[in-house]
Parts: sequence; structure tokens; C-alpha cells
Amino acid sequence: MDIHEYQAKKILSNFGVTIPRGGIVYSPENAENKAREIGGSRWVVKAQIHSGARGKAGGIIVCNTPLEVAQATDKLLGKKLVTNQTGPEGKIVNRIYIEEATDIEKELYLGLVFDRSSESIMVVASTEGGMSVEEISKEKPETIIRSKIEVAVGMQNFQARELAFGLGIEPELIRRASDTIIGCYKAFSELDATMVEVNPLVISKQKQILALDCKMSFDNNAMFRRSQVSELRDKTQEDSKEIFASDRGLNYVSLDGNIGNIINGAGLAMASMDMIKLAGGAPANFLDVGGGATPEKIVKAFKLVTMDEKVKVILVNIFAGINRCDWVAEGIVDALKKIEIKVPLVIRLAGTNVEKGNKILKESKINYIEANTLEDAANKAVAALNE
Amino acid sequence: MTVLVDKNSKIIIQGFTGKMGSFHADEMIKYGSNVVGGVTPGKGGSKHLNLPVFNTVKDAVNETGADASILFVPPAFAADSAMEAADAGIKICVAIVDGIPSHDMIRIKRYMRRYTKSSKMTLVGPNCAGIISPGKSMLGIMPGHIYKEGRIGIISRSGTLGYEAAQQLKNLNIGVSTSVGIGGDPINGSSFRDIIEKFETDDETDAILMIGEIGGPQEVAAGEFAKENMKKPVIAYIAGLTAPKGRVMGHAGAIVSAYGESAIEKVEILKECGITISKNPSVMGDTVKSVLEKM
Repeated sequence: MDIHEYQAKKILSNFGVTIPRGGIVYSPENAENKAREIGGSRWVVKAQIHSGARGKAGGIIVCNTPLEVAQATDKLLGKKLVTNQTGPEGKIVNRIYIEEATDIEKELYLGLVFDRSSESIMVVASTEGGMSVEEISKEKPETIIRSKIEVAVGMQNFQARELAFGLGIEPELIRRASDTIIGCYKAFSELDATMVEVNPLVISKQKQILALDCKMSFDNNAMFRRSQVSELRDKTQEDSKEIFASDRGLNYVSLDGNIGNIINGAGLAMASMDMIKLAGGAPANFLDVGGGATPEKIVKAFKLVTMDEKVKVILVNIFAGINRCDWVAEGIVDALKKIEIKVPLVIRLAGTNVEKGNKILKESKINYIEANTLEDAANKAVAALNE
Repeated sequence: MTVLVDKNSKIIIQGFTGKMGSFHADEMIKYGSNVVGGVTPGKGGSKHLNLPVFNTVKDAVNETGADASILFVPPAFAADSAMEAADAGIKICVAIVDGIPSHDMIRIKRYMRRYTKSSKMTLVGPNCAGIISPGKSMLGIMPGHIYKEGRIGIISRSGTLGYEAAQQLKNLNIGVSTSVGIGGDPINGSSFRDIIEKFETDDETDAILMIGEIGGPQEVAAGEFAKENMKKPVIAYIAGLTAPKGRVMGHAGAIVSAYGESAIEKVEILKECGITISKNPSVMGDTVKSVLEKM
């Protein structure tokens, strides 16, 4: 789960990270007042969307008067911002963060992620703040320093100090920098985060160490014990079909193609998408109804896939184990009584009682194309598209 | 020897009296697995499915001599149950449950460092289908009848894609020595490398089919291990050619976040390690067959 910049800043400031003064607003009038309340003579108006690279997309505007702050807010609110991370449809701006402008002396990069090789938490830092970590590793890999943290004992002061000295921070600021790094580590480990990124972490001309932009992501599996974090979810930043799916216990990812998929198991779903591509087609979605493929999940899956106007063919691929093909087939027949399908439907069943399952489908008089193997299913789906 | 489980494995079910635990215990018993009892705290002393129920894993081990366990406890309590099994002297534990927080998985693995290599439990999963040695024992939730007895080792992150492979092999009259589902989570108990190492020394296995997917470093680590240390052929299929970067594809661990984690990159690296690639998921069985014919 992702959260907004202003939410991440609030969290990190609770862990001792210094952030510039700022506040969230929902209207231009609010914005003007907020700017006066914050004080100073320059402000930054920042569109809050779940994406990086907002600056290049026009989502961050520097202003010199409270009136300009109001105008910039007016310009951004309700607009869809398209960045290189949002996809062509962009993301809606419903919240604006107003922040005092910072006189920047130096921009640094600080990130924390899980390292899947060592199964520990990895802190990554670089002197090249402001660039994405991908750009840094491509263009200035020599500036990257890393520290692997033993989770059982947590981050030690010396590890934070080594990173701070490694970033070339002057001696009188080392203490402050270490506290900032340790604060980020504590937020990561105490809140079940999967990513914390402060980019840039800046040293201001007034010799403050400030988190100028922050991103945090959290482990969905841990939200049952992080109610304060899960409340920060903003559904306006998510694909409406993906919300429909997650509310119903389905795993769904919207894609660009036109062959809709209903499959049980994430691996089999990815494999089916690959077969569609090899057959010359393109999947409209990834959809895993779960290993069991219960009739309730199948109904929900058909509803979801038919919501997508791009879909021109639907491919159902179920490998039934303990749940048996005859039971799955009954679920499909039942679903098709409730939901009208206007596009060709290809069904491939495999596994336990496959003959019985196919017999139930045939005798039900539903309009469908039967397939036997993964390859057969993909070929028939692509052929149906071209008819 | 047999990899991980055999006819003599004495199995207990953790979360025995719940709906999932009861259902799959029954399936395992029907398959012929030697299930000796189960654990549900607070229900010790009672009987369930005609088998004894214990309050703690230690009690179960002391009374029954159990050496294998399978977890059907909810995600919030799974880490605790896995550590309890490790401490009670269980040798092999399968965690079926989907949804254990990653921070908890790291905690389990750190906890297990207290044991020496010879006394350390092997944890398989979470978010997996478990283990089956066809004709001998099933410590999992797979449909047992799709596996023919034979000499191919299967390791898969995905459950249903592992079934698909077993079925393709069976259709070609090729059997399986042991199939291990290592699960779809970012941090898991046993990696591909851990399991192929066991298959290399297993005299009942001739070749290994590894079914990977996007995300994480484990397929590549296994490939590098195979290149340096293995004589038996390894065949691999990697799912997720069409998966977009940065998106989680169902499995929490199926996300491309670094170089070498996409399907195309993994395939290239594995080829360089001398591993035979199944070019699509429909020919996993055929690819294994062609490798066997060359042996």
C-alpha cells in the first residue's frame, strides 16, 4: 500500500526526522490562508498523487506570494497529472500540500528496502539526490553506499554514522544526520513498511537536515495490525477495477491488451498471459481468483472482467485440484446465468474430473469455445479475436 | 533417501481442529501420509479425526515422535507457530498460509539461526502448496492423483503451475520423485537453491524442473549454484514475460524491482548457467522429456 508525500512526512517527523513547515489543503482559499499561517516569503505548492516525477509533470510549483499559492492550487486541484510512473491515464489531484521553500545547499538520496538476497533491511544512500535511484545506479553508481541492517538488533549508531560520513556530511551535522537515518529505519521496521525513500534529503543553507520529498509503501499482509497506517489509504489513487477486485478478495492488475483472463493461481495466471503473447495476442488483465476457484469468486471475476470495455475475448483457465472440475464447471454455468457475456468465451479446464467438468459445460448450452491445453486456449482466444 | 518426506515421516497438523486443518488432514490421511495427531492450544487431551490433539508442539513431539508438521493457522499467528515447531525439534515444517507479513518471515529466519545446521528445522513456504513424494507421503494441499511416481524433482513458487507441470509429465508417462512448492512470498523458508541442493544428493531423482517467476534473486542464485555444483540436469520455466515492471502480480513476491528480476533477464542468466529453458508453459513436460532422452 502506498501513501501520499504529506502522510509519509508526518510519519517520519514522528520518528525524529525534520521536515519543512507545511500543511495540506483542499481549496485555493485554504491554500492562501495556509501560506500566511506557515509564514516566510516563498512557498512550494505540491500536488499529492501516488507517483514520483511530479516536478517534470508540472505538479510542483514555486510561488512568491500567498495569492500565487492560491492560483497554483486552483490550477492543480481536480487535474489529472500524467508522469512517467502513472501510465497515460494519469492520477487525479485532490489534495495539495503547501510547504515553505527551502534554501538548498546539497541534495542527497536516502532509501530503505528489503534486500531479498540477504533477507535483511538495506539502507541505500547517495550524494546524488534529486535523481531517481535507477538513474543514480545507471549514471553515478560509484556514489552509492549501502548498509545492511541486522533486524534482530536494529540499526546501530555506528552504521548511521558511517553512512553520514560516507555522504560527505560535515562533522557538526553528523549527529543530526545519524538521527535522521535511524528515524527512517525505525519507521520502516516498526510500521511494517516495505519501502521508505527520502529523495532528496537536503542540507539547507541554514544547516538544517530536511526531508524534502518522501515516499513510503507498506506490506498489505501486515495491515491487520497497523490500523493507523491502513486508514491512510487513498482509493482515488487506485484503478477502480483494482479496488473492486481487492474488495472482493481477487488479485487483479489492469493491463493494456484486449483478452480478459480468469485464472486460478498467480503463477498459472502469469503463464497464461505469456501464452497469449506468444500466440500473438495481448492480455487485458492479470486475474487470480485463488487456488480454490470457488463459484462465488468466479461470479465476481466475470463481473470484473466484463466491466472492462477493452475486453474483446474472455479466456478462463482453471486447474482444478481438490476443488474438482465438475464443481468449477457448475460455478461457471451458474455465473453465466447471472452475467451476460457479449464477447467470445474460451474455457480450458484441467486437473481432477476434467471429463465431467467439460460434459457439464457442453450440456449447459452456454456459448463457449472449449480448449484442452494452455497453448490451445491461447491460440483459440487469439483466433476468436480476429474473427 | 527421499527429499524432505517419506513413508516414515510422522506428521502433525498445527491448527488441527479448524476448517482448513481438518479438511486437509483428512486428504493427507486418504493419500497415505502418516498423520499422527495435531495441535490446537486449549484443546489438548481431546480427539479429532480419531487422532490425539495436543496443546503444544512439544507435547505432540514427546507423545507421538512427530518430526514433520504443516501449518493451517491464520497469518497473524503463523510466525509464532513456525518458531514453536522449530523449538520442539520438528525437522520439516510446511507453512501453507498466505498473508504472513514479511517482517515476521525475517523474524522466523533470524530466530532459527540459534540452531546448529544438523538440528535446524527446514521451513517450506509460506503461501505454497507443500510437498509430495508420490506414493509415499503428502505434506501439502495438492491433488495427489495428478502426480505419477517417478524420478523428476519439481520445485515451484506457484501452486497451480506446479500442478500443470505434474499433469504434463504424467501425460507423457513421466513421474515425479518429490515436488516442493516453495511459495510466492518475497521472503520464504526455503529457496530454489536450498531445494535443488537436496535433489542433487537424492538418489531417487534424475533431473530437476524448476518453475520460477518474476521478482527476487532466487532463480538466479539457484542457476549459479547449479553451474558450479550440480551434475544432474536442471530444466526451468520462468513465468511473467508479459508482467509490467513495478506491479505485484498476485504473489506478494512477484514484482520486478531490480536488474535480473524480469522473466527475460532470468531466462538469459539461467541459459548462461547451462540450464535448459522451457520456452513456454505448455511445453514444460516436453522439455523435460527431451532432456531425459539425451541422458
